[in-house]
Amino acid sequence: MPFKRFIEIGRVALINYGKEHGRLVVIVDVIDQNRALVDAPDMVRSQVNFKRLSLTDLKVDIKRVPKKKELIKAMEDADVKNKWEKSSWGRKLIVRKTRANLNDFDRFKLMLVKIKKAAVVRQELAKLKKTSA
Amino acid sequence: MAPKQRTARKVSQNPELIRGIGKYSRSKMYHKRGLWAIKAKKGGVLPRHDPKPKPQAPSQKPAKFYLADDVKKPFVNKHKPKPTKLRASITPRTVLILLAGRFKGKRVVFLKQLPSGLLLVTGPFKINGVPLRRVNQSYVIGTSTKVDVSGVNVDKFDDKYFAKEAKKKKKKEEGEFFESEKEEKKVLPQEKKDNQKMVDSALLKAIESVPDLKAYIGARFSLKQGMKPHELVF
Repeated sequence: MPFKRFIEIGRVALINYGKEHGRLVVIVDVIDQNRALVDAPDMVRSQVNFKRLSLTDLKVDIKRVPKKKELIKAMEDADVKNKWEKSSWGRKLIVRKTRANLNDFDRFKLMLVKIKKAAVVRQELAKLKKTSA
Repeated sequence: MAPKQRTARKVSQNPELIRGIGKYSRSKMYHKRGLWAIKAKKGGVLPRHDPKPKPQAPSQKPAKFYLADDVKKPFVNKHKPKPTKLRASITPRTVLILLAGRFKGKRVVFLKQLPSGLLLVTGPFKINGVPLRRVNQSYVIGTSTKVDVSGVNVDKFDDKYFAKEAKKKKKKEEGEFFESEKEEKKVLPQEKKDNQKMVDSALLKAIESVPDLKAYIGARFSLKQGMKPHELVF
């Protein structure tokens, strides 16, 4: 079981603790044994402890500490946003966020839809049981 | 020339440089205001108005009795009560969730705030059995779902509409103890039923135009497994 995701310049990571929880950032430099300098298009470049980062599979091609413009261009070339939103991890986060923001009425509508879906599934199951019995 | 009607100036002619210090000195202001011209007109002296004679106050006789201790006079209280400030989430046409009382858990439509501060609310009666009713905003969750109530006229409802009828005092006699049970049943006056229908008919149209809204208002709200009220978005 070797490591597959490394702390390296250009690695895309997710901040999983603190004020910036949930933000996708790019590691632009390593400060010391514990900390990295991270940057994102809509964020001030700042230091973050490795313990607060969850590494992703995505990588961006940049040099050490690029200018903001270069970083944005590199992120667009690597298509970070779309790849992240299509990945299963990214999709899960989006689903979690939508669920948390559901209105009371939305939750009610969701319940109705779930009941309908369950009814259809049960019908099909009953048909299968009948044919196999 | 007839004397001009002089209106009092609204803005002072001496602009303030810093609080307490004007731009112009006393002598300059004297000149600006034209006091020299007034003096010249009135022959060297500023016009003086004698104090008007005060009306004679009726002579008061000395009081016959003085209290030993001072009596405190209560302060004047001109405070007029306002209806309570509503939470930002509660606006007319919002769907509210009632939290207490006979209709707890029911989702109702908020119509307006009455002068007493209570909220006027209706089911509508046909959908969930909640009539036109008053409710305190503390016992209510305001959702972000809104219903269109433009066709509804709620001006005639106020707190007096909901006041209890004064009970006539009955003399307790032995015979009446057994008979009084029949008279206790209260019948809702036809006028109130008509009012309910009038308010609800406009609302029902608006509710039926939104899919699933009728079923939503007919259902009761309850907390299920895993629902955390402080994390729910209403």
